[in-house]
Parts: sequence; C-alpha cells; structure tokens
Amino acid sequence: MLEIKNLHVKIDENEILKGVNLSLAENKVHVLMGPNGSGKSTLAQSLMGHPGYEVTEGSVMLDGKNLLDLEPDERSLAGLYLSFQYPSEVPGVTISSFLRMVYNKRNKENLSPVKFRKLLAEKMKVLGIDESFMTRYLNEGFSGGEKKRMEILQMLVLAPKFAILDETDSGLDIDALKVVSHGVNVLKEQTGMGVLVITHYTRILNYITPDFVHVMKDGIIVKSGGKELADELESQGYEPFGE
Amino acid sequence: MGRKQVQETYKTKKSNVGIVNSNYKAKYGFNVPENAVFKTKRGLNETVVRQISEMKKEPKWMLDFRLRGLKIFNEKVLPEWGGNLKNIDFDNIYYYLKPSDGEGKNWADVPMDIKNTFDRLGIPEAEKMHLAGVKAQFDSEVVYGSLMKELSDEGIIFMGTDEALKKHPEFFEQYFGKVIPSHDNKFAALNSAVWSGGSFVYIPKGAKVKRPLQAYFRINAINMGQFERTLIIADEGSEAHYVEGCTAPVYSADSLHSAVVEVIVKKGARFRYTTIQNWSNDVYNLVTKRARVEEDGIMEWIDGNLGSRLTMKYPSCYLVGERAHGEVLSIAYAAEGQHQDAGAKMFHIAPNTTSQIISKSVSVRGGRSSYRGMVNVSPSSDNAKSRVECDALILDADSRSDTYPVMKIDNSSANIEHEATVSKIGEEKMFYLMSRGLTEQEAMGLVVSGFIEPIVKELPLEYAVELNRLIELEMEGSVG
Repeated sequence: MLEIKNLHVKIDENEILKGVNLSLAENKVHVLMGPNGSGKSTLAQSLMGHPGYEVTEGSVMLDGKNLLDLEPDERSLAGLYLSFQYPSEVPGVTISSFLRMVYNKRNKENLSPVKFRKLLAEKMKVLGIDESFMTRYLNEGFSGGEKKRMEILQMLVLAPKFAILDETDSGLDIDALKVVSHGVNVLKEQTGMGVLVITHYTRILNYITPDFVHVMKDGIIVKSGGKELADELESQGYEPFGE
Repeated sequence: MGRKQVQETYKTKKSNVGIVNSNYKAKYGFNVPENAVFKTKRGLNETVVRQISEMKKEPKWMLDFRLRGLKIFNEKVLPEWGGNLKNIDFDNIYYYLKPSDGEGKNWADVPMDIKNTFDRLGIPEAEKMHLAGVKAQFDSEVVYGSLMKELSDEGIIFMGTDEALKKHPEFFEQYFGKVIPSHDNKFAALNSAVWSGGSFVYIPKGAKVKRPLQAYFRINAINMGQFERTLIIADEGSEAHYVEGCTAPVYSADSLHSAVVEVIVKKGARFRYTTIQNWSNDVYNLVTKRARVEEDGIMEWIDGNLGSRLTMKYPSCYLVGERAHGEVLSIAYAAEGQHQDAGAKMFHIAPNTTSQIISKSVSVRGGRSSYRGMVNVSPSSDNAKSRVECDALILDADSRSDTYPVMKIDNSSANIEHEATVSKIGEEKMFYLMSRGLTEQEAMGLVVSGFIEPIVKELPLEYAVELNRLIELEMEGSVG
C-alpha cells in the first residue's frame, strides 16, 4: 500500500494541496483526473520529493516508511517511480551507461556493459524502441514522444513497486500511446506494480484499464469511484464536481 | 557568431564540506625521503645556472643559451594578467635536484624508493599493457626510459632531452628554442635558464606509431622547481601520440612547474599531444606549449588540467603551411584553492588553414576557472576557418568562471565561429536524476562526466577511465 494522508503542500507560500487522502494498492491501476491547476502534478512532484515543494502537513507511507522523511533517491530505492511530464536532458550521458549505473545500484549487481545491454535490448523491444537509442545521450534532442517512451523504458528497468505516470499520455499519437500502455501493462502483470495514472483525457483508459478513478479539484480529491466515473467525466466535464 | 547563456541554479541543501584533495593525498600525495645525488642551493643566480650546465657536461652554446635565458628572466616583469603570481617566492625554490645517477633502461636499475613511487602511480603496469615507450622523470631528471625495439629499429627516437642533446645535437641546433624563443615570456625564459629533463621525440618520415609514447613527470622534493623541456619533431607524413601525466606530493609549501614544449609538425604529419595533469594544490603550473604546423599537417593538443594552485597554460598552434590544421580540446577542473587559467591560441598564417578550440571547465567548492583564448588570422591567411566553443559548468555559488576570448582577424575572407555557454546544474536535472535512485553526489558526478564527455572520448581508454575516476573522487568532496 502507498498511503497518502492529509497531504498539504505549498509552493512559495501558496497552498496547492489542501489535504489529499489517497490509498494506492499494489497490482491496481488508479487514475487521477482533474482540471488544469487542480494540483495533480504537484501531487506527483511532492510524492517524489521535489525540493521546490514544501510539505506542511501529512504523511505518505510505503511499507511502513514515511516517504516524506526521505530524499528523492531514497524514495526511488524504496520503490516509487515517477514518469516525468517534462524529463530533463542530460548531455554526454548515454542511456545505456545511465541505466546500467542505476540498475546495478538498485539491484546491488555489477552487470558488465555487454550483459546490461542485452537486458536493456529486451526492454526496448517491449516498447519498440530502436537499439540505436542505447548510445544516444539521455533525452537530448528527443521528441516529446521519444521522451515519454524513455520514461517508460526507465520504469521497465527500475521495476518499481508504485509508478506515477504524470501526463505520460499527453502529446502521444495513438501508436505511441498503445506502446506506452503496453509497457505499463506488461510490468504490472510481471511484478504486481501499483499504478497512478495522472491524465486530462480518458483516451489512455482504452489501453490501461483502471480499477479506481479519482477526481481532484482545488487541491483535494472530490470524488472517487470505478471506471464509470471516467465515462461520466468524459460526457459531463468537471463542472458537476464543483463545490 | 552564436552566443547562448543558460542560467539555472542548483542550491545544495546541505552545506559543502571542504575536503582538500582528501583522496589525492592517499593516491598521489605521498612522498619518499629525498635522496638527492646533487642539489643546487635554494634560489636562482648565475652560479646555479652554471652548476646545472656543468653537471650535465653541456656544450658551451647551451650554457650561453641558459645564461641568456636567465638575463631575460630577470629583466621581464611578472605578467599582470592571468592568475596571482605574486606569492611565488623564487628565492625559496630549488631549481635543480638530481635524484639518481643516470637513466635506467630497466625498472630494476632505478633506485628502489623512486621505483616504488612509479609503481604506486601504476606506470610500469601501464607500460606493459598499452604503451610504445615510457619516460619517467623524478624531480629534475629522467630516471627511467624505454622504447619498443621495433620502434627504435624504425628510427624513432624517444629519449630524455639531456641524452638527446648529447646524441643528436644536429636536431637541437636546428630546432631547440626556435618555436618558443626564450624571450617569449618570463617563464619560457626561466625554463631556458634552468631546464632539465623532458622528452625528445623524433618520428621519421612516414612512420606511424600506433601506441602512445608516455612521459610521467613527478615532483617529489619540497619547494622543488621542475623545468622539463620537451622537443618533438614529427617528420613528413608521420603519425604519433604522446601522453604526459603529472603529479606531486601534498606539502603545504609551494612548488613550481614551468615546462616548455616545442612541437614541429612537418608536411602531412599528424601529431597528438595529450596531457593529464593532476598536480597537488601546492604547485604553480606555468607552462608554455606551442606547435609549428606545416603544409597539410595536423596538430592536436588534448589538455586535461586538474589540481595545482594556479595553472596558466594556453597550448598554441602556428599554422604556417597551407591547409595546416590545429586543434585544442581542453578540460579544466578547479576546486577549492585552485585557479585554472587555461585556454588555447591559434595563429593562422598560411592560406586555407583551419582550427578548432573546444574548452570545457568545471568550477566547484570555490574554485575558479578561466578560459583565455586567442584566434589570430594574419593578412596572408586567406580562407582561414576557426571554430571556438567554450563551455563552463559552475557547481555552486562559491565558484567562479570567466571567459576571455580574443579574436584578431586581419583577413576578411576568414570564417570564424565562436560559441560560449555558462551553465549551472539545474534543480530540475538533479531532481530528475535523483528520482532514479542516484544520490546528490552521484547525480552531480554524472552531469559533470557528461559535460566533459566530448573530450574524454578522445582520450585513450585507460586515461578516460582514470579521468572519470578522478572526477568521481573529486565529487565526493562536493556535497555534504
């Protein structure tokens, strides 16, 4: 369980999250929807530990640990993964050397570059990424879609307990959307990973079947339900979920 | 001419811990007891210069050359630009120390304590693995030398400069002090007066040396001045790669390293000169390096500057033959108490000459790095092309980076590009990398190694690995 309780978060004195309560279960897909500015991405960033977001109240428990006491790297090692909406570019660092470093550290292994590339090639195949990307510099000069695929590739290599997909679907064409969703489904099936899909659109839900849908507005979760809630949102918009 | 500026800030949450070369001390900072065969008195005067020449049993013309150098050194004032040179106490330095009798051709012939030093630095091991020849200099003299037999059979010469002066005086009469005359600058004059050791390399016409020739310069004694003098001639159509490494013990007393390196690249030859210098923080490193490049010749300087209190070094190319090409790739890494004033100079003299300068600097924990460069296109150089790129990475608010590019273009057909960036490691990038499970220090190390990657990938594998490892060690002191 990833248990978020009464989470309050400020950015520069503005309170964005005003008491979020949310329990994510393993092997389940939760979807978080809501209008622009409702605090969805703030939730994603503060769960991962972005230093620009100040948590003023609440707790986030994973396996008995309060993630809020941990640095971002420690949260990652504890099993949390964030697929970034805007991934950074890291010139001069190849995808394979970066992921090998991360993989070896997390798994306390020492895979040689040759062995790791074999492992990486399999993951790339799942997402239809050309092997030439191994020697490309991390995200440098990538298109929006390539960056999103790379986020999911990293997720496959890291194999987290819980993954947050922060608008991973936005800007993807239908083929890329299918591939990315396939990657998420494969890993969930293999490892029982829990997933939190943050999105504006219900389109991705055609490929990743949600177990729960939550609606966020003005820094709190205003309604939770099953897949039917997403259909309701699709037809009626967010207005009915107002005050 | 493009210019972009990236300004992001990364504030480390924890305070920076100032570990002064903590790892340096264990790996390179040791010294062995001084066991000199001969040592001049502290300070510099005519007697010292005469003594050095006498010890070496040099021809009269070389003594005269030295005395002229001394006179010029005394007449020239310290440069006002660059770094702070005022604290160098020239009277407190030993200008010549002979560590052993003669140069060993086997490591077994090298005195035990000196051999142990080079063992700890990994030189004999590297020699076996991947080098064509080795020169090891300890304080003032070359104590060990080797060259693969098939190379000497081919006519390749790789020996200590002192030995070469005796065995091949004809090269010295023709080339010595011609690319860098004594009056070029105060430190070239100083070197001319008291030079000792260094390498002499001659690559005959058409010879291609596949493995690198390696020289290793080690300062051992306290308050030592090391003044090696290197002369390299790559004859027509030849190719070779020379690599030098430099380290010194950690004393809290100043040492001075002031070398002169002259390279002559003849028609159609290609020469690469790689330096990985990692001096301790006590060393003033004031070096003049210059190549004369003839028709269709290619000269590449690859210059890695870590350590030292102050480095002032601007490898340069005089492109005197048509279509000659000069290149400098330089990395400077300045941590606390260090100022790296490094760069490059390109002089386009003949038509259709080309040059490229790529400079990367990293400043951390209050370190200061400066890029100082010059591109000069003379009226006689039609259609010259030059590209300069200098990128600075500043890791914290205490550190500093400056850029002093000078362009003197006296021919309107020149095509000159200049690009400069200054960046700090952004908070977003650090957060992104840490979110994958890397500590702050690992993330920063990764960004730095990526930043210098374009230059590291030009190094022979062994040096690339070593350089990356050095940067990793350096990073350990960077975040708390």
